Amino acid sequence: MALISKIILPIFVVVIIFYGVKKKINVYDTFLEGAKEGLVTTFNIFPAVIAMIFAINIFLDSNVLGFVLKIIEPILGGVTIPLEIVPMALLRPVSGTASLAIMNDIFKNFGPDSFIGRLASVLQGCTDTTIYVIALYFGTVKITKIKHALWGGLFADLMGIIAAIILTNLFF
Amino acid sequence: MVGYIWAFLIGIGIIYSFFSGNIGVVNESILAGVNEALDLILNLLPVIVLWTGILKIAEVSGLLDKFARLLRPFLKRLFPSVPEDNKALGYISSNIAANMLGLGSAATPAGLKAMNELQKINPKKDTATPAMITFLILNTAGVTLIPTTILALRVAYNSQNPGEIIMPAIIATTISSIAGLTLDYFIRKRQDKWH
Repeated sequence: MALISKIILPIFVVVIIFYGVKKKINVYDTFLEGAKEGLVTTFNIFPAVIAMIFAINIFLDSNVLGFVLKIIEPILGGVTIPLEIVPMALLRPVSGTASLAIMNDIFKNFGPDSFIGRLASVLQGCTDTTIYVIALYFGTVKITKIKHALWGGLFADLMGIIAAIILTNLFF
Repeated sequence: MVGYIWAFLIGIGIIYSFFSGNIGVVNESILAGVNEALDLILNLLPVIVLWTGILKIAEVSGLLDKFARLLRPFLKRLFPSVPEDNKALGYISSNIAANMLGLGSAATPAGLKAMNELQKINPKKDTATPAMITFLILNTAGVTLIPTTILALRVAYNSQNPGEIIMPAIIATTISSIAGLTLDYFIRKRQDKWH
């Protein structure tokens, strides 16, 4: 498993570039063209990143989470869940930028190789912005009766979160 | 939706900090946060630029289409109500293939085209068809083989092995996709019985 994690990226790179050369496209110019698009995309998300970091910082620094935890502690019993993972899991289906901002905060405070750092990484990687995607996709074709699409998607996300917690424990 | 949550996070944070005495900390974080956002963007930038460059080669060379064609026979089974020669299947494959490679910008146009094609064969225009629901559950489970932004941030914060989270993430996302599709399958079966 550890080996697969190490070779997946180099294999991707070599396959993509080799295939490009085989198809006789100008791989270098194509790379530059794509890289330029990536540059534009990254700058385009900058306002959203500022907005989300601004809001998340206020939320986390107010320590309202500590207050919530004190209330629900008796219910949770012996189970300890890293505190900051809860808002991240809740925000993940709505805004990828918001959960990214929390993951950034977790890396800053605990490091990417801590348990919570790894859990946040797996969590961010294993689900998508379900609510946003459903709103956009159904919105464009003007469908209002979406039946079980939303809670089916959220159910899949919940299973992903549970799997992420178990797998992070198993792998590391 | 995002707007309400954004306002909620700010509102609840500031109001609570008045009562808890954390207002000093919050006051500092309001301005410091902007610098943090710039750091975050600068941390993401190199890896995203590198990866979109490499994926552009996959797109232009036709590798992405080839990958989508590989997925097609498998996806066909998930959409029994869609005729085999329908364009929707091609767009669905492209969408899932692009998502798997972390090509969000290429995935969305293909996904929206798939929805348009599915809407054309929809008898009730305001109601989601089974195929649309299956597609969205599959799409939002978000199978990603190379999570670019996560890798970028892990590199920026000096992770010993940034890629170590790829395998557990792929397994977790597979579990969530299977769970979503299974639930969808049983709901569809039950509805078929009633009608």
